[in-house]
Amino acid sequence: MIEEALVSRVLGAALRTGGDFAEVFVEDKRSSSGRLDDGRIEELGSGRDRGAGIRVVVGDTTGFAHTADLSEPGLLTAAEAAAAAARGGGGGVRTVELTRAATTSQPVGTRPEEVAKATKVELLQRADQVARGQGGAIKQVSASYGDSRRRILVANSDGLLAADDQTRTLFVVGVVAAGDTGMQTGRRSIGHTMGFELFDRYQVEDLAREAAEQALTKLQARPAPSGALPVVIGKGGGGVLFHEACGHGLEADHIQKNVSVFAGRVGQLVASPLVTIVDDGSMANEWGTFAIDDEGTPAQRNVLIQDGVLTDYMWDQLRARKEGRPLSGNGRRQSYKHLPMVRMTNTVLANGDTDPADIVADTPNGVYVSHLGGGQVNTATGDFVFGMTEAYLIEDGRITEPLREGNLIGNGPKVLEMIDAVGDDFEMGPPGTCGKDGQGVPVGDGVPTLRVSSLTVGGTAA
Amino acid sequence: MSEELLEIGDRIVALARGDEQVEVVVGRSSSTEVRVYEGEVEQLASATSAGIGVRVIADHKQGFAYAGSLDPDVLADTLAEARDNATFATPDEWLGLAEPDGVEVPSLDLFREELGAVATEAKIDLAVALEKAVRATDARISGIDAADYADGLSEGAVVTTTGVRTASRDSSCYVSVSCVAQDGDDTQTGFGFSVGRLPDELDIEAAAADAGRRATRLLGATQPRSGRVTVVFDPYVTAQFLGIIGSTLSGESVLKGRSLFADRLDSEVAAPFLTLVDDATNPLAYSASETDGEGLASRRNVLIDGGRLQRFVHNAYTARRAGTASTANAVRGFSSTPGVGCRALSLAPGTKLQPELLADVGDGVLISSVSGLHSGVNPVSGDFSTGAEGLRISGGALGEPLREFTVASTLQRMLTDVLAVGADVEWLPMRAAGVSLVVRDVTVSGG
Repeated sequence: MIEEALVSRVLGAALRTGGDFAEVFVEDKRSSSGRLDDGRIEELGSGRDRGAGIRVVVGDTTGFAHTADLSEPGLLTAAEAAAAAARGGGGGVRTVELTRAATTSQPVGTRPEEVAKATKVELLQRADQVARGQGGAIKQVSASYGDSRRRILVANSDGLLAADDQTRTLFVVGVVAAGDTGMQTGRRSIGHTMGFELFDRYQVEDLAREAAEQALTKLQARPAPSGALPVVIGKGGGGVLFHEACGHGLEADHIQKNVSVFAGRVGQLVASPLVTIVDDGSMANEWGTFAIDDEGTPAQRNVLIQDGVLTDYMWDQLRARKEGRPLSGNGRRQSYKHLPMVRMTNTVLANGDTDPADIVADTPNGVYVSHLGGGQVNTATGDFVFGMTEAYLIEDGRITEPLREGNLIGNGPKVLEMIDAVGDDFEMGPPGTCGKDGQGVPVGDGVPTLRVSSLTVGGTAA
Repeated sequence: MSEELLEIGDRIVALARGDEQVEVVVGRSSSTEVRVYEGEVEQLASATSAGIGVRVIADHKQGFAYAGSLDPDVLADTLAEARDNATFATPDEWLGLAEPDGVEVPSLDLFREELGAVATEAKIDLAVALEKAVRATDARISGIDAADYADGLSEGAVVTTTGVRTASRDSSCYVSVSCVAQDGDDTQTGFGFSVGRLPDELDIEAAAADAGRRATRLLGATQPRSGRVTVVFDPYVTAQFLGIIGSTLSGESVLKGRSLFADRLDSEVAAPFLTLVDDATNPLAYSASETDGEGLASRRNVLIDGGRLQRFVHNAYTARRAGTASTANAVRGFSSTPGVGCRALSLAPGTKLQPELLADVGDGVLISSVSGLHSGVNPVSGDFSTGAEGLRISGGALGEPLREFTVASTLQRMLTDVLAVGADVEWLPMRAAGVSLVVRDVTVSGG
């Protein structure tokens, strides 16, 4: 992608004003997409983004500059801008000896860029056909396909040189159904860090059928209840609960600024003993998986909460450096135009040992959520919300009527303590994009069936 | 300097074959971002970026490609890629680029060359001053998560084979801060900001006061009991609400059967005093711009007039398909094809400021912030449910703080249930203006 000797010279220039740490991040990303809507292949798109971000750290100050110009003059100009921004006291010439780290990127079976565009178009058409075939109430269908190949190279003044080649493939189906009660929507998505073999593992017809069924089911939905109730969250669909309830609060940047309810609580019981939460960027082929993070650190499995006890936070270069502790592989950025920060990868709740059927049967009255939508958290207070896109009433220990959409609201530390059942049916959920400070990165999550003894359900019914 | 971007567009458009339409969108921007923590610079980023998007329509089929670069070799590749992509699309007789429609591009004076000459030191000083000012507002402010200054100069050009050749540019800057207030075991957060086109337009004291007030007034907040109440949305919340209403009035949603107002043109959809306008020519709007994403002149569109739905917003494609004219509501960056969206929404103001509205309401809840709008609101079905924080309204005045509850209704009902619009219109850094809004019969879910 770029010559090693040049990277070394650029790092030298970045350190010229006396920086403590300098880093060059080079990215070359190609993407292709297709969208079907309203029965038509509306558009195929292609994109190319290539450039480098350079940062220089002096004390607690980070200077950053990026450029789309990967020539030597372009890179040196950016290095000087980053160095000037950090305004180090020292100076002089430093040379950086780079040692290339061995990394193994996620395997790719079939390179998406080698698959004919017509084949991708056909996937969209098949999804459209099947979704429309689910009945006259289906009024609209959209489907989209996307793949990206992101090659990155990271080099820093510690001598690190590491590279990764990340291929992700995604497919989404959205359906609108209409009935006497108005319109409802259904949505299904799959995405993995792999190539076109994604479609050997999943059939777009299944996704289309499930999205249509979700919309049709919701046509019969009644308003969701309003107030505090036991909530059972189905396998796979509910990982965003932990992403919001505690994931963001365990990111070391929030901890160091003391804007997390989990600051200073390592070693303490912060959740029900049934709860073990792991963030793992090394899970094979998952959406939040990579060989190295965007600072060159290998992905690894980090246990955040073990049997209810807080074991560790997630770290990036800057925050780990400050505390003189090892990196955890959570330094990520949206693109070369962004500074890295602490981010989650694939965040999961480990299996318990309860039969999921028993969890529902042991719930006299409550709500069963089979699919959650997005969420949002205030890490300082722990208050968070997340949407239920497919939910049902539980009456007398049985799942009964479907419910209209709404948000659930809770407080992270309180909810973690109120998890009173964890099933043995762990499953990963759909691909997600986590937004933080204006940057989006791909993340995965997964849970077994679980129950929270009380959450506030934000419906309109009394 | 936009002339240079127009010329890049000209060069690619000149490569169009006789039977195809080509549109080139060129964008370039430079920005500075400063984050200060405990009086020192934590991050300082400066950057310029540029890119191009090419749309090709041939045989009634559309293809698109973009590149985050203006390198000459990349430009030619991008056109070739867009051309290739077009061959796989479904033919659509309504496809076509925008054409000049006789509306003159307004001169809005949105660009300040001087911004480029402001010293970095002065920008850092603003963020430092903001952080300090927030601490000074109240002894209970225990931390400043981030105090930021950011600015950007951006320019864009659109050139097409159909005769569109326009450019626009603007500058903007803002300061923003988020803080934490603590009282015993209780923690609350607040935020404040100020926006302008040049740093000297920024109001540091006002931003600091907002952040301090938002955080401290929620200290001691408890969860309310569930029930149906009248709520007053703070201007910031109303602006977010208007953004969602705007999305339901997109011509694309209407044509594709995803708008709950699709069959309601010329009928009553809102309280009789409610008038909603989308006007990107209003220079007060943060999102003001002389042209839209297809290079047409921005213009003022009245969407709801006295409660009656007047029009949907359109780009060239959706307008042609709906048998009407573009309202100059193509929304995009250079890396995507034009969508349809509202650009600068505002409600016609009422006559009363918030204290008078509270007095009229008597008992209810002031909603000071909402969360989870992207997860709990479905603009197709109209279901509306968000997390919220606020203050109880009792006896016509603000009472105790409330947290960890949701407010729910439907978009359709909320528009007709509006009791009053405030006089306090405030332009915010989003595509809508804020104003106090009173809505009755909303379900609050709490303990």
